[in-house]
Amino acid sequence: MSAHTSTESRADPTQSRSRQLIVRIAALRAWLFLALLLIFFETWSRVSYGQTFLFSSYNAQSIAIFAVAPLLLALGSTFVIISGGIDLSVGFIMGLAAVIAAHATNLAGQSLPPFAAMLVGITAGLVVALGPGFVNGVLISKLKVPPFIGTLGMFGVARGVAFLLAGGTTVPVSNSWFAALGNGRVFGFPIIVIITVLFVLLMHYVLSQTRFGQHTYAIGANEQAAIRSGINVPRHIRRLYLLSALCAGLGGVLYAARFTAGAAQAGEPLLLDSIAAVVIGGASLFGGSGTILGTVAGALVIAVIQYGLVFINVEPFWQFVAVGVVIIISVLVDQTQRKLGGDRQ
Amino acid sequence: MSVQSQPQSQEPILDVRSVSKRFGGVEALKDVSMSLYPGEVVALAGDNGAGKSTLIKTISGVHGADGGEIRFAGEAVHFASPEAARAHGIETIYQDLALADNLSIGANIFLGREPMKRVLGFIPVLDRPAMAKAAKETMARLDFHVNRLDAPVGRFSGGQRQAVAIGRAIYWNARVLIMDEPTAALGVPEQRKVVSLIQNLKAQGRAIIFISHNLQDIFAVADRIVVLRRGTLAGERKISETNPDEIVKLMVGG
Repeated sequence: MSAHTSTESRADPTQSRSRQLIVRIAALRAWLFLALLLIFFETWSRVSYGQTFLFSSYNAQSIAIFAVAPLLLALGSTFVIISGGIDLSVGFIMGLAAVIAAHATNLAGQSLPPFAAMLVGITAGLVVALGPGFVNGVLISKLKVPPFIGTLGMFGVARGVAFLLAGGTTVPVSNSWFAALGNGRVFGFPIIVIITVLFVLLMHYVLSQTRFGQHTYAIGANEQAAIRSGINVPRHIRRLYLLSALCAGLGGVLYAARFTAGAAQAGEPLLLDSIAAVVIGGASLFGGSGTILGTVAGALVIAVIQYGLVFINVEPFWQFVAVGVVIIISVLVDQTQRKLGGDRQ
Repeated sequence: MSVQSQPQSQEPILDVRSVSKRFGGVEALKDVSMSLYPGEVVALAGDNGAGKSTLIKTISGVHGADGGEIRFAGEAVHFASPEAARAHGIETIYQDLALADNLSIGANIFLGREPMKRVLGFIPVLDRPAMAKAAKETMARLDFHVNRLDAPVGRFSGGQRQAVAIGRAIYWNARVLIMDEPTAALGVPEQRKVVSLIQNLKAQGRAIIFISHNLQDIFAVADRIVVLRRGTLAGERKISETNPDEIVKLMVGG
């Protein structure tokens, strides 16, 4: 009569304990990579140059600034990838936002004081970025275009429009407030890093503590289940691509502020870096798993590799090899973990 | 004509009266009637294409009926959607269970209607402790004792996952549970667990429609069998007054 069952009944408990340990370690692999890389560069730096790598505030800040743009793109991509989608258009949405922010700041500066002109520029960059995000969402949720194809199309459209608006060149901004936003410091911390940290905290909250985040995981695991639970899945998907575009837009605005210029190709090399950050951070491209903190670690891994290799005078092209190797190792760890029946969230 | 395992005086929780459903030129259901009493398990049997799925989809609000009427707790009802049927307490558990494998039992129970609480008085966050507590209590009602409430349901076995899907339905006070082939994908020990789960639900006074191809399972848990053949009611029998041979004859005709 009774159906006595327990979750431990499937495996020998000692075995499951060691498996659980492996799974725990696998879940933290991005942080482990990061620690190993930092130890490596710290050792190298002390042996070769007799100075510290990590504990130099110049190096630490440079790495943080390096990580800002790919991390912002990766934050939005974390949500999209957890839901089982992908957004290939973020790099050029970022470029488009950078160009728009630059133009709008200059244009508004003709009639408004610099601070107001900056606000107009930031708002314009973010709002225009939402356009391609909205189209992505409609294509994928209503017209059932596969995310890879839909966002690849938008990649081309955003790229073309950004280059057209920029006239094929970079658009310099002359606005003292905007330059201060991109290069200034508060209590010694770069402002763009502070903004990014606050945004990371917000995204972590949204993904881990709200219904929106919970539904994102559910859609990635089983879209039918989400539909039958009464979740408005098409609306949710539209919001995900809007969020992704907003993150890219913020990346573009901060880029324009940092370099006091908008460039259509601002985000071009960052698309793959941002997806790599999400994957190294523990998300599966099949959907259903991933965390914001993992993505942060993934973005830092890439930034440390890129900055560190330059720091130790290795030819910069080695960074592509190094990042590629880390991605492959990360996916292999993920698959091993799955085989062991690991926790997927 | 009608056979019931419950006393006549009790009102049926679900009463399907002469329901018909067409898809274009195909009459998927012709004048089918069946009733279901609280605490009763009715097996719905029939060959492929007999209309079992159409009948349960009509009851659960996926399809509208073209003719006849469905009465729930004595009132005529028209469900425009599965959500409307669910709001009345009719819950369907499909074969694929519709679980999010990466989420915990609690998160699955509350999927789409998660409880929230506030931290520091103003930041709304998911109330995970409440979800875990409800999950533990609900699963205990099914005699299913869970040690790890944070584990994703993808880690559980087939029978345990079935229990989670049933737990989700009973948490939301389902009075009628429609189970589509709940034992089909399971090994023999797991099938037994599901059968005892169904007996447990029956003891709680819930009414169950149980679709199965497996006559052994049907005879193990059902009070009555309703047999469909080519969209019509081929017959209805009390389990105590029939045998597998007779049911097979009703299913295939002859």
